[in-house]
Amino acid sequence: MQTNRRQFLGLAAAGAAGVSLPIAQKKARAQAVRTSAKIVIIGAGAAGTALANRLIKRLDGASITIIDPRPEHLYQPGLSLVAAGLKPANYVVSRTSDWLPAGVSLIQEAAAAVDPEAKNIETTGGQTLDYDYLVLAPGLVLDHDAIEGFSLDMVGENGIGALYAGPDYAARTWAAASKFADEGGTGLFTRPATEMKCAGAPLKHTFLIDDIARRRGNRGKVEINYFAPQGSLFGVPIVAEKVRMLFGDRGINAGMKQTLKSIDTGAKRAVFTGEGGETEVDYDYIHVIPPQRAPDFVRQAGLSWADKWVDQGWAEVDPETLRHRRYETIFAVGDIAGVPKGKTAASVKWQVPVVEDHLVSAIEGNEGTEIYSGYTSCPMITKVGRAMLIEFDYKNNLVPSFPGMIAPLEELWISWLMKELALKPTYNAMLRGEA
Amino acid sequence: MKELTFGTLIAVFEEMFGGLFFWLLVAAAIIITLGYIYVLIRDRSMSMRKFLWAQISMPFGAVAAVALVLTVTNSHLADLGGPVDIILFLGIAALGAIGLSILVYTLESFLWPPQQTEE
Repeated sequence: MQTNRRQFLGLAAAGAAGVSLPIAQKKARAQAVRTSAKIVIIGAGAAGTALANRLIKRLDGASITIIDPRPEHLYQPGLSLVAAGLKPANYVVSRTSDWLPAGVSLIQEAAAAVDPEAKNIETTGGQTLDYDYLVLAPGLVLDHDAIEGFSLDMVGENGIGALYAGPDYAARTWAAASKFADEGGTGLFTRPATEMKCAGAPLKHTFLIDDIARRRGNRGKVEINYFAPQGSLFGVPIVAEKVRMLFGDRGINAGMKQTLKSIDTGAKRAVFTGEGGETEVDYDYIHVIPPQRAPDFVRQAGLSWADKWVDQGWAEVDPETLRHRRYETIFAVGDIAGVPKGKTAASVKWQVPVVEDHLVSAIEGNEGTEIYSGYTSCPMITKVGRAMLIEFDYKNNLVPSFPGMIAPLEELWISWLMKELALKPTYNAMLRGEA
Repeated sequence: MKELTFGTLIAVFEEMFGGLFFWLLVAAAIIITLGYIYVLIRDRSMSMRKFLWAQISMPFGAVAAVALVLTVTNSHLADLGGPVDIILFLGIAALGAIGLSILVYTLESFLWPPQQTEE
């Protein structure tokens, strides 16, 4: 085989072009917009951090302040893995300040009040910050007190799990779930009646504990029951049908239109309310996901929907632009946004560029053009090693990223590899504003 | 995925391996490839004896690549569930096989240049 010098030089040039491409792309980005606008972002979670990193690149001279009381940043998509013993608790924890770019000031306090008329916010430390543009990204509040008889200090013992509450609680959930998978008995897997973060997570936990009991040879002595206040197993009908079939295949019982009301930890008994009144169910393991609501300051500022989700208080935004419907200088992104879908990190990835576009356009005196379609993605884990890559929009259409290649309703190894290997790097790249 | 550009992919891989380690991997891949091209040009022919050893190394590269992926993830061969999984599995094996064979051929050519091993 002969290779001449000209071919060699050609190959070398192609290689060099490949390496220099990203640099060229960065230079080609639009010139930064000069402005003295004061932008306040409430919340340094996935949405707030990603937006701050994008805005700092788009704006020159803007004052960007982000406020968040928590020094730790949580990679929440990892909590399901922690609660199944597949990752340690510290897999989901990093430092908030490590993700924020130079030029953005971080105030480690929570928002106490917003005055949308005077355009200022007050922090829990008593500071008042004026803003020209306000971005609500405070996430949501887990209302554990709404479940009578339950408190977070119980998690991990006496068969009680609650993986949403944070990395340590997720690890303690695994301690309780693992014991259940060894010793057997009746498992109750619940979800709340409210809107919630990642509506797939209650199902993932159910599937994972089913699989782990199976692998340990104990599936015969384990009864798995999934209780949900809703009428179907998933908000997207075609996915609900698939989950129904998988439940049939795995021998998981579904109790629909059943809302967890209270638990008696001494007697290991849970009470559900449903159409036929109250039902008492004994358990050996129960996974509690509490009702989820907007932080109080959003409701008190009059920023919530008045006629929708009245017990929950999500911000009243246009579903396509995420701009507040009554205050045009306010946007809401992430869990707090009052839109029918989209309380996942994947949704945030699609929402943030939309808010960025409309906010920067407003500063320039134009109208933005980007639209949020309701895109939400859920790598639905169905066992350790397999998942379904489910992606959908407001219209309940499936919107696969790899159509014809990765089937959304098929349990696949490639979808699991994406969840386990690629999701956190993609999330981190999103935080840095690069994906 | 919203936009799968070359820049996005680079950013994701940087996060996956750590920024410095990723670029060291890229540099290693480029250096080995350039070394391979260099020995091809220098020798003006492919040594079939060296190529034979490179071919013998291929199954080991294939098995090592698949083993690596299974080791760093909580998954097993039994988890392969659909056609795309088989394609991915074969792709990983092929990458490992081709990568190791190029490495073996290049190392052989540097360690035993033609005048010492062949007439």
